[in-house]
Amino acid sequence: MQNVLFKKPLFRIAGDRGLLVEYGDVIDPDINNKVRSMAIVMEKETPEGVLETIPTYRSLLIIYNPAITNLARLKKEILALEERLSEIKIAPPDTVEIPVCYGQEFGPDIEFVAEHNSITADDVIRIHSGAEYQIYMIGFTPGFPFLGGLQESLHTPRLETPRFIVPEGSVGIANNQTGIYPVASPGGWQLIGRTPIRLFSPERSNPFIYKAGDRIRFKPISEEDYTRLAGEVEK
Amino acid sequence: MDVFSVLTPGAYTTVQDEGRFGYQQMGIPVSGVLDSFAFRVANMLVENPVNCAVLEITVMGPRLEVLSEADISITGAEMGITLNDQPVQGWRSIKVKPGDILGINQVKSGCRAYLAVTGGIDVSEVMGSRSTYVGGKIGGYYGRSLKQGDIIKRGKGLKLKPARHLSPAVIPKYSSNIVIHAVPGPQDDFFDEGLKTMFESEFMVSAKADRMGYRLQGPVIKHREEVPKSIISEPSVPGGIQVPADGQPIILLVEQTVGGYTKIATVISTDICKVAQATPGDLIRFEQITLETAHTLYRDRQKFMQELEEKHIIRIS
Repeated sequence: MQNVLFKKPLFRIAGDRGLLVEYGDVIDPDINNKVRSMAIVMEKETPEGVLETIPTYRSLLIIYNPAITNLARLKKEILALEERLSEIKIAPPDTVEIPVCYGQEFGPDIEFVAEHNSITADDVIRIHSGAEYQIYMIGFTPGFPFLGGLQESLHTPRLETPRFIVPEGSVGIANNQTGIYPVASPGGWQLIGRTPIRLFSPERSNPFIYKAGDRIRFKPISEEDYTRLAGEVEK
Repeated sequence: MDVFSVLTPGAYTTVQDEGRFGYQQMGIPVSGVLDSFAFRVANMLVENPVNCAVLEITVMGPRLEVLSEADISITGAEMGITLNDQPVQGWRSIKVKPGDILGINQVKSGCRAYLAVTGGIDVSEVMGSRSTYVGGKIGGYYGRSLKQGDIIKRGKGLKLKPARHLSPAVIPKYSSNIVIHAVPGPQDDFFDEGLKTMFESEFMVSAKADRMGYRLQGPVIKHREEVPKSIISEPSVPGGIQVPADGQPIILLVEQTVGGYTKIATVISTDICKVAQATPGDLIRFEQITLETAHTLYRDRQKFMQELEEKHIIRIS
């Protein structure tokens, strides 16, 4: 297999408080695993002056206080942590199961996705819920996970005209990615189902049920289960 | 304690503090005040702790009925302030009492004003901050900008004995010709001629200018021929200057999370307050500086802010 990881990370300057550390220039699970490991190590042994480490598809965005540290020092400390990566214990990623009611009003684009790929709606459900997805990055709206690992037989382009409002919990497909809308927002992804569980609860001490680098599985549920679970969430 | 009843909300008035830090990896932008200088001074003038929430007022201010006694201060953009229809000054503390009508009018210079009140604006903290993130409908006053009829509360705090004002020597003057310092990167290697265009031209602030970003108009900033115009989506920092395929730059601000366009340069953090006070039609020139110079300016500003209260806040006896 071709190794897509950069031999040495590429440092990019993002203003006077930001440093991007790139580990590759394609979307790839190995690169993203490296990002995850480095994000965990940076959290465990945070270099002095580092305020926040944000994992992305293929890089880390490091926010630092320039009154405490500087570029040369940061680069050195990051490279040193990378050298020691094999010695530091890194917990395997969590897998989070998300119940989804596919099709009908919950997934108005499921037929389109099926037709586009010359399969049936039931195939879409079977294939989509049969795989495990890697959270490459979280962003766009609070808790929106960009998921890699979508089977090629489900790849579908975005809607030509985005929707003004995509309901909270909607599960969608955009090209080779799948994702979930934790809050209602405008959006152009093809919607195939919806989850009744809340993915973002700002009032809780931990407002999210997953983090970047974790894995997600989708479990098909019936409309009755959807209604029941949605009722429990309401309480 | 109830302190204001909103008679008219103004064009866009939100509750903000320094921002919501540590959640960008979950897709939550920092939000918070755009002009941190005016914000810090507003709180100093009423002797508040540094991170008390304030009202950020944009272009046209609100009309507020005062419900309880307090000290207030209004800093930032010059907006023509009236108390019971009598003009009052910005950048100083003002005593208000129940029944007073505070008017903050159309902007004369700058873009954003900050209203601080004894004890700070009291709303619940959400994920460690009182800042409003309107896009995510969280924080601030029910996650939105103010509306007519809203009742604003304040926290506990001691009222001032002598009034205070900021030394006129350090009150910023907001010009329509703005010079902003920027450091090349993160994707400066996607440009060659484009960097010259970026740092040697003048750009006009377009009507699309808000807390997410400022779209500018000017000569087209060209990418290098052989490079892709978009990149794998990545988080942005406030001040990142994004250049989409059309070559018209956008200064990304505090309600932005991820984006897939190249960023040619990044506005230094101490100059974000200049962007905050720019209005549509203003002209911006970017001056290129090195990261080392940016860090020196950062530390100088920090020192200046630490000494500000002692050196430039004047007590009026």
